[in-house]
Amino acid sequence: MIEGFTALYIFMLAGFTGYEVISRVPVILHTPLMSGSNFVHGIVLVGAMVALGHAETDMEILIGFIGVMLGAGNAVGGYVVTERMLEMFKSSKEAK
Amino acid sequence: MGLAIDVSYFLAAALFILGLKRMSSPVTARAGIVWAGAGMVVATLITFLTPDMHNYGWMTLAIAIGGGLAWYSGKKVSMTDMPQMIAIYNGMGGGAAAAIAAVELMGGEFHSSTFQVLAVIGALIGSVAFSGSMVAFAKLQGLMKRSLVFPGQQLFNLLVFGGALMFGFMLMGAEQAGGFSILIFFGLALLFGILMTLPIGGADMPVVISLYNALTGLAVAFEGFVLSNAAMIIAGTVVGSAGTLLTQLMAKAMNRSLSNVLFSGFGSGAASSAEQGAEEGTMKEIDATDAAVMMAYADKVIIVPGYGMAVAQAQHKVWEFARFLEERGVTVKFAIHPVAGRMPGHMNVLLAEAGVPYDKIYDLDEINNEFPQADVALVIGANDVVNPVARSNPDSPIYGMPILDADKARNVICVKRGKGKGFSGVENALFFLDNTRMLYGDGQDVAGKLIAELKQL
Repeated sequence: MIEGFTALYIFMLAGFTGYEVISRVPVILHTPLMSGSNFVHGIVLVGAMVALGHAETDMEILIGFIGVMLGAGNAVGGYVVTERMLEMFKSSKEAK
Repeated sequence: MGLAIDVSYFLAAALFILGLKRMSSPVTARAGIVWAGAGMVVATLITFLTPDMHNYGWMTLAIAIGGGLAWYSGKKVSMTDMPQMIAIYNGMGGGAAAAIAAVELMGGEFHSSTFQVLAVIGALIGSVAFSGSMVAFAKLQGLMKRSLVFPGQQLFNLLVFGGALMFGFMLMGAEQAGGFSILIFFGLALLFGILMTLPIGGADMPVVISLYNALTGLAVAFEGFVLSNAAMIIAGTVVGSAGTLLTQLMAKAMNRSLSNVLFSGFGSGAASSAEQGAEEGTMKEIDATDAAVMMAYADKVIIVPGYGMAVAQAQHKVWEFARFLEERGVTVKFAIHPVAGRMPGHMNVLLAEAGVPYDKIYDLDEINNEFPQADVALVIGANDVVNPVARSNPDSPIYGMPILDADKARNVICVKRGKGKGFSGVENALFFLDNTRMLYGDGQDVAGKLIAELKQL
């Protein structure tokens, strides 16, 4: 377990990082960005895998299974739609 | 092995932050998502090597099913339906966080009170984000047309929330959590997510989706603490704070406070009771020929696209028309309101899909002082975002919302399907101005006709 205050420090610094990273984003990228940050919390997949990996009873395995399925959906779906959107952004020069 | 896992998670967290950073500029955005994607792959693969794990078969199967379905749906979804798709993927993340908490709580070992508290809070937030996002999806997809409002609703919601909290506290304190109380806890939390989202109107949904996105991030961070997983803590917290900021930006662009969005359905408050007086004047029609001539001989045309254009799938034709104008030496700019489309930036995505370069697209602050110099403002399928009432009439529900000053252009041409009102149900004063002409028809047909007329000139 990451101990008390270390955890709090991580929490605080990561919080400021998120705020700073987003604060300079132009409006035109808001939708892809929401989608992109949606993809990033797909990291929940990793936690779901660990939970399923340690599950013992049938009920735990079932819920863990659902968790991994949902987490994988979050990660993969988030990536696919974000990538599709960002791929389309081109400047006049690139657009021939 | 422990070291390899730690290093990989560290790398993943760094890639997520750098990726998000790169997504903040259109030039590097594409690379940004690829970086973040690489981080995800690294983290996922290394997790298979976590010591003392079993159920690998189930794990692989679950990833294949969940990932496969999401891949297919993500590739297939049209750009207009993007907001609800994001909602559904986001809900899945919240559900996964709740599932982690459920497994850990059922595990029976009492780790420490901090552990229990964080697990329960994460579970609560994750469950609400899950069921709330599903309702948001259903609403935007048109599966659920009406906003459910009943007397005493807020009190009822509060009771449900209180109940969820109570069972949550019981779980926090319990040495051995009973299956029954876990079930009730999750049931109430999920119910609260549904109840909280039901009364919110479709127009406010983007703000809500963005809020749930931030909430899911937080839930992931809390479960990250429970599992001592630094990558989850960092990624979850970054998304939590970034999502909160994004939610505020969106709410501000729509001139609504977050509490206003969450606790009063649009038009259910004072807004609808203030019956709109009929606007003065009449709507004046123009045909495609005259409109085409007017724009062909203009120096500067500003196109204001709205969601109506996207519904008519007219963006390709409109861009083709704009290029014809440019060939004739007309300066063409696209003006986008922050909430054009279904969520901020959605219209930019739709125009990008049609091939409009992003440097021809201007947002509200950049373009508003250019309208007085524009010969023609061509409004296609936009309504509330160009309604001058937002500046002039304090009784209007949209009063105070920043709008595009299309009415200040020398001439305004509004392409519209019929004479109906906008999404908010507010009469648009722009249509009745002396310098406004209405061009009725489906966006795509009209753009096609305009192109044909231009070719004949």
